[in-house]
Amino acid sequence: MSGNPGFTPNEMMTIAASRALRNDDVCFVGIGAPSAACNVARLTHAPDITLIYESGTIGTAPDVLPLSIGDGELCETAVTTVAVPEMFRYWLQGGRISIGFLGAAQLDKFGNINTTVIGDYFHPKTRLPGGGGAPEIATSSKEIYITMAQTKRGMVEKIDFFTSFGHGEGGDHRKRLGIDTAGPTLLITDLAIWKPDPMTKEFTVVSLHPGVTRQQVQESCGWVVKFAEALDETPAPSELELKTLRDLQARTKAAHEGNGKAKAA
Amino acid sequence: MVKFLPLKQAVAENLNDGDSVAFEGFTHLIPTAAAHEAIRQGFRDLTLIRMTPDLIYDQMIGMGMAKKIIFSYVGNPGVGLLRRARDSIENGFPRAIEVEEHSHAGMANAYEAGAAGLPCAVFRGYRGAGLATVNPNIKSVTCPFTGEVLAAVPSIRPDVTFIHAQKADRKGNVLVEGIIGIQKEAVLAARRAVVTVEEVVDNFDDLHPNLTVLPRWTIAAISVVPGGSHPSYAHGYYARDNAAYLEWDEIAADRDKFQAWMQANVIEKSADDFAGRVEHLRKAA
Repeated sequence: MSGNPGFTPNEMMTIAASRALRNDDVCFVGIGAPSAACNVARLTHAPDITLIYESGTIGTAPDVLPLSIGDGELCETAVTTVAVPEMFRYWLQGGRISIGFLGAAQLDKFGNINTTVIGDYFHPKTRLPGGGGAPEIATSSKEIYITMAQTKRGMVEKIDFFTSFGHGEGGDHRKRLGIDTAGPTLLITDLAIWKPDPMTKEFTVVSLHPGVTRQQVQESCGWVVKFAEALDETPAPSELELKTLRDLQARTKAAHEGNGKAKAA
Repeated sequence: MVKFLPLKQAVAENLNDGDSVAFEGFTHLIPTAAAHEAIRQGFRDLTLIRMTPDLIYDQMIGMGMAKKIIFSYVGNPGVGLLRRARDSIENGFPRAIEVEEHSHAGMANAYEAGAAGLPCAVFRGYRGAGLATVNPNIKSVTCPFTGEVLAAVPSIRPDVTFIHAQKADRKGNVLVEGIIGIQKEAVLAARRAVVTVEEVVDNFDDLHPNLTVLPRWTIAAISVVPGGSHPSYAHGYYARDNAAYLEWDEIAADRDKFQAWMQANVIEKSADDFAGRVEHLRKAA
């Protein structure tokens, strides 16, 4: 990026992701970047958004970002906290989640995600944590949003393992497997906003963040990038959005480094 | 009928070499003290079952106690990877372990089926997921009413489950609150259950009638271990020690550093040491 735009690419990513959420969404939140985006949305334009973490906390409103999906803060501020089987059976499988918001270690152009292994499953080069709730979040949520910073290692032509299913080989692959939810409908990176092509389902860049070039997007992506004919520029973060995000991150840093002193259970 | 026992005795009486064992706690109420006691007693060839293996299974795997692990997320929540588990899976150090991997939905359903006395769990899951192709215990059944193809996994029936809970009453009934996770299902699915608690109170008479209470006759033994969940937390008692989770990442990254830490903080310590570890994490009055 040329010059100093007054915000970092990661801040732009989180804020662009937050804007995609609506006040009436019921969002199943993955930890990390999705969690930051969801809480910025709640603290700005979507105060009534329902945030759900897989630990069973429904309608949570944490003051600091949780380090894990089960921090005490999530339960204390939730409308209700349910057992994990109930979370997955009634609320996710029951079809009550509008948006599943996921991060990814490896992503392909059809929104399939790998967080399980690098290399062969039985003889992995790197054993990653695995899917947790993601395999069912990806198929039972009405839609999936994905957010991740772009790297060639992360955005690859072929993922090593299908932790969670996006659009498979593209086209109507979900339908062929009997999956009736929409799957990945939005990808927000630190450089751009992507949406799946209506027919092929391949992620296509629809908006570049301020100051970002097509070349930069291509250089940090492992597949040949498709760009929409009418390419937008993502509006820069507003003062309120930036302040909200930075304050949230400062509170979070203080709380986690403070060994719990800043915020007790 | 439930017995109140010192933790050392409760573990010795209920865990055996070769058992399948669940130390459950979904981020909250992790039974760390019980796991450390099991490490001190040096059990071998365990099948370790847990949705989120976390630090205690990293420690048990690193100490060579596990022959198999059944799980759905083998990470350090919010921090990254479990480095002792990785060393075992990637390099067979200190021994190779068998891996049975599920999704959270799969594990949660399997525990619930275990608690319900069913042989298997049926749910809508694993569609398009790679796990179904590498785990032979993920199968499918067809709904006899609609024809829908659903996932099926065997129920989880551990030989013994360990959990940590907030309190027991004098009769041995146990109260769990906050993020209740899979505690109740893991206890009811097991042949035997051992519970560590923060404290014992006279009775639960003045509490809300719909709280999560495990009746005393569902539990084999209770041990009072204040702070027994550290570095996890006990809602209403002390906060999660997030700094300790961050530190673990460095400790577990190195085989020698790990051994030295285990020697100093587990082998040479006892259940009585947990109370001191949460002093600075207790809620300001």
